Amino acid sequence: MPNFAQVNVGDELPPVVKTPGRRELVQYAAGSGDFNPLHYDTEFPQAKAIGDNIVHGRMKFAVLGELVSNWLAHTGRIKTIGCSYRGMDMQGKTFTAKGKVVAKREQDGEKLVDLEIYVENSGGARTTPGTATVVLDH
Amino acid sequence: MAEQFEITDAMRAAVGVESDGWPVEFTSTGIRAFARGVGISDTVYYDVAAAQAAGYANLPAPPTYAGVPIFIPGLSDSVYGLPTRSSTPRLNHGLTNILDGGTEYLYDKVPVAGQTLITRSRIVDLEVKESKSLGKMLVVTSEATYTDDDTNEVYFRTRSQMIAY
Repeated sequence: MPNFAQVNVGDELPPVVKTPGRRELVQYAAGSGDFNPLHYDTEFPQAKAIGDNIVHGRMKFAVLGELVSNWLAHTGRIKTIGCSYRGMDMQGKTFTAKGKVVAKREQDGEKLVDLEIYVENSGGARTTPGTATVVLDH
Repeated sequence: MAEQFEITDAMRAAVGVESDGWPVEFTSTGIRAFARGVGISDTVYYDVAAAQAAGYANLPAPPTYAGVPIFIPGLSDSVYGLPTRSSTPRLNHGLTNILDGGTEYLYDKVPVAGQTLITRSRIVDLEVKESKSLGKMLVVTSEATYTDDDTNEVYFRTRSQMIAY
């Protein structure tokens, strides 16, 4: 549970590891409402052109949200969170959400911590870079 | 893959036009299904007692969860479940492939199970880019708000980029 006084630039967030196969992508489709066949139908033309089904970009975004939520442990709230989908992550392959503190500041009475967050594939490439700003309760 | 693509006046006319509002539901079932789909293990998103012990009135929306737009056949897209909003201008770009370019959420409040918010969106920018592998791409930037219309509180805003090629 992060405490503003004890948070330091450079602190790393505990990583979140995922290896979603097609079943997990179908479960995410059901939970999110995104039934784009690209993510579960091996015969879908776009999937065939890419080579396999790919993980929903928004699923990786949600995993980045999980990364930050786990670190906050409900002792603060997310003010902003965003990412870009620079690379595809393929079904059945492991990716890891990571993050670290890059700044902390007080603004308009709020204790803010800025985070660099990203999804990294098993080859070490950052497929989904992002940022987040959280407000800490203490 | 498109070798040639241009933004037309009709597409430009769609920029800045705010859509009609559409209700989005935050329910216990929906929140649990999303959390399960992501593989979230934090019980706060599944168990009401755990959520209340953490300070929420009910199950909180997990980060990046935007609820479930009410689905009505003929008025909602069959793949994404989003309202088709026939009253607002359509891009009709004709490009067949869609990729998500990026997303940002800006929160003022976190919705909890039992709430219905109204979402309104608008296209804020259109840009044509070129990729060696994808050819000509139309990058569409959109913004949306999620509001409790009873209290006029904006709970959160989103900014997203869709790439059509």
